[in-house]
Amino acid sequence: MSKLLEVKDLRVSFKTYSGEVQAVRGIDFDLKKGETLAIVGESGSGKSVTTKAITKLLPEPQGYIKTGEILFEGQDITKYSNKQMQKLRGRDISTVFQDPMTSLNPTMKVGKQIAEGLIKHRKMSKAQAREKTIELLELVGIPQAEKRLNQFPHQFSGGMRQRAVVAIALACNPKILIADEPTTALDVTIQAQILELMKDIQREMDSAIIFITHDLGVVANVADRVAVMYAGKIVEVGTADDIFYNPKHPYTWGLLGSMPTLDSDEEELFAIPGSPPDMLNPPEGDAFAPRNRFALEIDTQMEPPMFQVSDTHYAATWLLHEYAPKIEPPESVQRRMQGFASMDDGKDGEA
Amino acid sequence: MAFLEVEDLKVHFPVKGGIFGRTVDHIRAVDGVSFSLEKGKTYGLVGESGSGKTTTGRAIIGLNRATAGKITYNGHDITNLKKADLDVRKEIQMIFQDPYSSLNPKKRVLDIIAEPLRNYEKLSKQEEKKRVLELLELVGLSSESITKYPHQFSGGQRQRIGVARAIALKPKLIIADEPVSALDVSVQAQVLNFMEDIQEALGLTYIFIGHDLGVIRHMCDDIGIMYKGRYVEEGTVDDIFDNPQHIYTKRLVAAIPDINPENRREQIYYRQEVQKEYEQSYDDYFGDDGLAYGLKPISETHLVALPEKG
Ligand SMILES: Nc1ncnc2c1ncn2[C@@H]1O[C@H](COP(=O)(O)OP(=O)(O)O)[C@@H](O)[C@H]1O
Ligand SMILES: Nc1ncnc2c1ncn2[C@@H]1O[C@H](COP(=O)(O)OP(=O)(O)O)[C@@H](O)[C@H]1O
Ligand SMILES: [Mg+2]
Ligand SMILES: [Mg+2]
Repeated sequence: MSKLLEVKDLRVSFKTYSGEVQAVRGIDFDLKKGETLAIVGESGSGKSVTTKAITKLLPEPQGYIKTGEILFEGQDITKYSNKQMQKLRGRDISTVFQDPMTSLNPTMKVGKQIAEGLIKHRKMSKAQAREKTIELLELVGIPQAEKRLNQFPHQFSGGMRQRAVVAIALACNPKILIADEPTTALDVTIQAQILELMKDIQREMDSAIIFITHDLGVVANVADRVAVMYAGKIVEVGTADDIFYNPKHPYTWGLLGSMPTLDSDEEELFAIPGSPPDMLNPPEGDAFAPRNRFALEIDTQMEPPMFQVSDTHYAATWLLHEYAPKIEPPESVQRRMQGFASMDDGKDGEA
Repeated sequence: MAFLEVEDLKVHFPVKGGIFGRTVDHIRAVDGVSFSLEKGKTYGLVGESGSGKTTTGRAIIGLNRATAGKITYNGHDITNLKKADLDVRKEIQMIFQDPYSSLNPKKRVLDIIAEPLRNYEKLSKQEEKKRVLELLELVGLSSESITKYPHQFSGGQRQRIGVARAIALKPKLIIADEPVSALDVSVQAQVLNFMEDIQEALGLTYIFIGHDLGVIRHMCDDIGIMYKGRYVEEGTVDDIFDNPQHIYTKRLVAAIPDINPENRREQIYYRQEVQKEYEQSYDDYFGDDGLAYGLKPISETHLVALPEKG
């Protein structure tokens, strides 16, 4: 598969009165056509800043790209002018942000905001666009679409606004859809519907999705690959199966273990103690060490490199070094790994 | 007699309209809800936003007026409780969803936690400080916290401050309204573990309001599923998760992301089946007004809102 997007050694900082906030500290990833990449991590880990760097929506001049390249179809878009970028955003890359109001024009009727993209980028007639707009609104679960069409964003509830934004983002048939916690504010049934809707559209149009969330559970059914971010870095990346069923980084263990799952109702959850570091003064060594019950001496001194686990799977933890002691992941994670392994056996048996 | 008994609770809000600002309609936020709950247990209230969960909780602690119905707490009728019954009042406390806005940003932690003490108990400054320090220790915050302001804490820590305030008066019943919905998963786990710990230590009874069914299943013994102000189903955790009957419940259960590999394919299939059933049989489960029918028992613990004929 060809690479649609390549991010290389991206570093993003903010100038503030207290000093330089190092929000993103050297990340690399790529995105292939038709693929869904999930970026997962706690609030403050740099997920949104990453998406804003890609779409050139960082608040200038405080926010700036310190180093790195962002290649879209081979072109470095960090060098694009605002005008070029605007075109790219309208046609090739669209975004759904956490806060729907960042994407909505408060003075324009919702229907018109959706139809605009259809007319401009999909060359529809006004009548066709109207029909498609109604269809899109219904798809994203907005009842009485014909009436809603003529309303302004402030007449929509929060959840309804976010659905409208998803409709706008999908309308222009983007090559890349960046969804930054698009369903965090929505009810579970609607969450599931919107995720499925995004998958359907993806299948139909072969677009790629970058899905950002703090909730690993949400990505289980939608992501092909998962990148786990902590304190401005990607600490583990792999296929969804690698991350869910063979996780190597203790932070990933923590995220998986702290999710109440359907079989965990009897036991204590595996909580990650403490809170993430202050990005004004990121700690030396492994930034996760202070919260890591498996931390090694070396974690406080030297940053771990990315160790390769397999062709698809990488993790930045000293635990993968050949001299490191062998450590077992928490029980709930182990159980899942075993479940997966035995399922593989089953599959082989059938074949 | 159950510890808490809610009988046919209705909370209707007037909708004003016209040039005279008269009441033209009512929002039936809670429209005939009944449940009872035993001491030391956790009762879950689940439903999409706007289904009336918060209003139910607020009616129980007296922040919303009950339009009709009866709430009995430990043998006392506490429906629309008067100030005279303060002793009962302080035994029921509420924890709110948003740890960012539910704490007064201009007050120090000491004053935030001491506020309920000042309202109900006459303590000397020393006694008060001692109590606050005890509470901080109980919720796992350092004693230096006492002079800090809410913005100096993380979301999880703020939620602990909210809990410390809620348990200051040694309540017996805590209504936790989406206490972890605004928190990161890792912090969520800290707060959930901690809520279970203090439940055991202090013998608390919880009403746990939420929409994350993974969390609900983890925390609760019994569950009521609300839709547009009414119950569609009630049962034990096993009834609801292993044997959901109402199409609305089935849909909620099907929407839970399940990361266990054994169930992955099955779950996608189940979700599609449920969606199909939902589209085909929605009308069978709701009356002409789009509201749920009355509950009917299908076992000793399990009630479902099914139409008369069945
Ligand atoms: N405009 C800004 N000024 C200063 N710091 C910022 C700004 N925006 C984000 N940051 C910081 O960058 C880091 C990453 O933030 P963000 O990418 O929004 O996290 P998340 O992973 O929750 O999306 C955080 O430490 C945040 O405080
Ligand atoms: N004070 C109020 N005045 C008018 N309507 C209200 C008031 N409080 C809640 N409502 C309405 O009652 C319904 C139920 O709300 P709520 O109990 O907050 O739901 P939930 O907690 O399940 O999201 C909603 O339609 C809401 O808009
Ligand atoms: Mg973000
Ligand atoms: Mg509520």
